[in-house]
Amino acid sequence: MSDVLQLSDVLVFGAVLFVLSLAGIFLNRKNLIIILMSIELMLLAVNTNFIAFSSYQGNMHGQVFVFFILTVAAAEAAIGLALLVLLFRNKHSINVDDLSEMKG
Amino acid sequence: MDMMLHILAPELLLLASSMALLVGDTFWEKRYPALTFQLALVSLVMIVGVILATFSTESVQLFNGGFIRDGVADVLKVSMLLMTVVVFVFARDYLLVRGIERGEYYVMGMISLLGMMVLASAYDMVSLFMGLEIMSLALYAMIAMHKNSSTAVEAAIKYFVLGAMATGLLLYGMSLIYGVVGSLRLDQIYQAVSIAEPTLVLSMGLVFVIVGLSFKFGIAPFHMWVPDVYHGSPTGITIFLAAAPKIAAFALMFRLLIEGLESTIVEWQSLLIILAVVSLLVGNIVAIAQTNLKRILAYSAISHMGFVLMGFIAGNIDGYAAAMFYVVIYGLMSIGAFGVILALSRHGFEADNIADLAGLGRRNPLMALIMLVLLLSMAGVPPLVGFYAKLVILTQLVEVGMVSLAVFAVVMSIIGAFYYLRVIKAMYFDEPAADMMDAGFATVSLRYGLMMVGALVLVLGILPNGMLSLFAQVMMY
Repeated sequence: MSDVLQLSDVLVFGAVLFVLSLAGIFLNRKNLIIILMSIELMLLAVNTNFIAFSSYQGNMHGQVFVFFILTVAAAEAAIGLALLVLLFRNKHSINVDDLSEMKG
Repeated sequence: MDMMLHILAPELLLLASSMALLVGDTFWEKRYPALTFQLALVSLVMIVGVILATFSTESVQLFNGGFIRDGVADVLKVSMLLMTVVVFVFARDYLLVRGIERGEYYVMGMISLLGMMVLASAYDMVSLFMGLEIMSLALYAMIAMHKNSSTAVEAAIKYFVLGAMATGLLLYGMSLIYGVVGSLRLDQIYQAVSIAEPTLVLSMGLVFVIVGLSFKFGIAPFHMWVPDVYHGSPTGITIFLAAAPKIAAFALMFRLLIEGLESTIVEWQSLLIILAVVSLLVGNIVAIAQTNLKRILAYSAISHMGFVLMGFIAGNIDGYAAAMFYVVIYGLMSIGAFGVILALSRHGFEADNIADLAGLGRRNPLMALIMLVLLLSMAGVPPLVGFYAKLVILTQLVEVGMVSLAVFAVVMSIIGAFYYLRVIKAMYFDEPAADMMDAGFATVSLRYGLMMVGALVLVLGILPNGMLSLFAQVMMY
């Protein structure tokens, strides 16, 4: 870590991103695309953490992990969007509130 | 190089055969529609053979400690493979009738299985994560295979969103643990954690990891998706979801909490106790209000997972072996119960309400008898294997002095017996609706398969010691 940027700064940044993404998933009642964006944001928050710790610990393991997470995030986005298309075809809506056929 | 191939052989074979089937299926799909199914079964059985032939309780590591092959991994892999074989056989007819029997079902099932096998063998956090994601991504797609069913798509979306969030939580926890330890390898984490003073960051990482695991495992209070996903998915896919992925979740929990973080047991034990208690409460009490059989089985899954957690809570080798025994037995029983639903369903009709089973004892005595055995086993009635699985867990709990938790679990099981008995009452004492047809549509393979599952539940209940001592033995190393 350099003198300007402390470990804690980056960690706080990561934590803020993480909390924002959680809020995006739980508070959002309108649009499924926002949930998909929040999921991506969550993985990016994790990546920020890994990079910060990797630099702090002085080894590359964390940065290698980030590449794996990025790859999986891309695959996850692909599947998420495919499911979204299917949902729209079936219900003609991507509103989160319409996902309530099953309850109990 | 020789050594490497022999250790990795099961995974490599599964990867190669699933890719070959994915490509091949597009060529022979029209002319030989059953070929993909047959080849999938052949390759799975062959992989079981390879694992058994090279079985050893010694542990060997590969890829700089990222991959381990030991007795636990082998036992878990064999049970996952066998369960997948049974599931493919059971589900085929159901999927055919609904026009969703495509080669992709088997290919995605196999890819998901590959993820579970990687998970069983993972020895650092990267391979744990990759195995988990290979498993989950294939499962999301499988649920949505019935693409004209709005409940299936709804189930897939719910599973996807909560699954992805669980992954995020798990990864966040992993990043914190990495930040403290400076390594992703489980054995190095184990060493570092056992000598270091417990820090706040480590505890936070632990909490995130456990919450993520609970989402994946379907443990209350993070269980919201379980009933909806079990209910919404086509039963032929629910049966897959309910068995092997639970074993994979056990593997994930075992590797992370025991092999990685066992020395922080004081911290995670209390968390797991809360989760187990809530799971038993939710699983057994909310299930009483359900009328849909698939939802009942989903809530029963939640309470069974509470029991598995109690094996971890015991915190010794015998406890972990008991949890492993429990999760494998649970997989067997749930395959049987969902198999009966598959056997009774036909075109345009899902036998998934309790009312659909009314009078089954007279309409189809064989299916009713198998369902009776399975439900009693799930409720924990001796001499069936479900009783024995509960007994070994409770014995371990009492041995480490957690008598009150054991008593609570017994009380909850008795409450839980109520809803199993309600289904049994419907089968044997209720009059069927006048327009209800005879239920005898199961194919020969499904009927004999279910008879074997029922017999196995009975036989293992009488002679459980062989399996249990094998599990305890592989845990030792």
